[in-house]
Amino acid sequence: MVNLREIKGRINSTKSTKQITKAMQMVSSSKLRRAEQNAKAYVPYMEKIQDVVGAIASGTKDSGHPMLTARPVKKTAYLVIGSDRGLAGAYNSSILRQVQRTINERHKSKDEYVVLAVGRVVRDYFVKRDHNVISSVVALPDQPSFADIKEIARNAVGMFIDGTYDELYMYYNHFVSAIASEVTEKKLLPLTDIAPASSNASYEFEPSGEAILEVLLPQYAESLVYGALLDGKASEHASRMTAMKNATDNASDLISDLSLQYNRARQAAITQEITEIVGGAAALE
Amino acid sequence: MKTVTVNIVTPDGPVYDSEVSMVIAKTTSGEIGVLAGHIPMVAPLAIGAVKLKKDNGSTEVVAVSGGFIEVRPEKISILAPSAEIADNIDIQRAKEAVKRAEGRIQSKQDNIDFKRADLALKRALNRINVHEGNI
Repeated sequence: MVNLREIKGRINSTKSTKQITKAMQMVSSSKLRRAEQNAKAYVPYMEKIQDVVGAIASGTKDSGHPMLTARPVKKTAYLVIGSDRGLAGAYNSSILRQVQRTINERHKSKDEYVVLAVGRVVRDYFVKRDHNVISSVVALPDQPSFADIKEIARNAVGMFIDGTYDELYMYYNHFVSAIASEVTEKKLLPLTDIAPASSNASYEFEPSGEAILEVLLPQYAESLVYGALLDGKASEHASRMTAMKNATDNASDLISDLSLQYNRARQAAITQEITEIVGGAAALE
Repeated sequence: MKTVTVNIVTPDGPVYDSEVSMVIAKTTSGEIGVLAGHIPMVAPLAIGAVKLKKDNGSTEVVAVSGGFIEVRPEKISILAPSAEIADNIDIQRAKEAVKRAEGRIQSKQDNIDFKRADLALKRALNRINVHEGNI
């Protein structure tokens, strides 16, 4: 016979878990809305800077700027953007799996690559496995501002220029919709695949094309990192929302199963009691 | 007088979008004034104030911290890591930033990035100047 009190206890604990996951789901969905707004506010800046960089880079061929020149690759860097906290479904694990697979395919020894980690989960993963983590950012706010990311972006660009590594890949979850995101790999440095400008304006450079690239390219690279971060944040909130929604649904299912069990057990106990009373009465006659 | 559309955009969103008759900005190689119909030009900006002269004679001032200006005959765009219109500047925060940066520069420790502290100081002073209108 199933213990009634035990089932009751399980129902209650599942109920309180459900309340928590439900609350987390609602928090994530409002954060997702904000993150989407941020990503949208960022679009004009990104488009504009892409436009100008394209125009200048195609206008000044062979500028020899270090950020545009591909050099023999001795060391590769991976900038991995994840989250600080778990409970976001497959958000972190899918990106870590992808990065790990790529590293295993491309490199034979640990000296050939370094990792730049954004997010506590990512940092812990790579540190635990003894990868060479040279820079990390944790505890970013949910709505990061440009100033928050500037440090790591400048570091990443600086270390490329001073030759710490010869190419830089960026990994993040691209936000597709509230229920889907895809792991995206983007080659950040050297900037070889700059799209030529759509507008065919030939610019006058003040003081010179090279001097402008000097200012513009780091800003461009920083903005790419910031864009990826906003994208990643949006998909983090989306995947946390989905994970928590699933958890809430599962809790509801579990509660209804348990309630059924509980009622059956209660009914069985009542029936048994009646049978006992009837049996007892019959024995007296 | 002919006017030209000016956009000031930062990563945190657009800051300014309006028709003006003249833009005065501080580039790394000196101050420039741009009127409508200017030939296409790109120039990096220094930390400083961008003055936007309206057709009706009024002037608006925006504090920008670097970035660059892109000029086309019918449109001028300014892209900066951060920018604030004079009235929206958080003066309290800027004053605190000045104190912090000055403290850092004066402290005799070796592990201080003077260049960074100096830039932070410049940005904060620029904000204060723009807010108080002495430019």
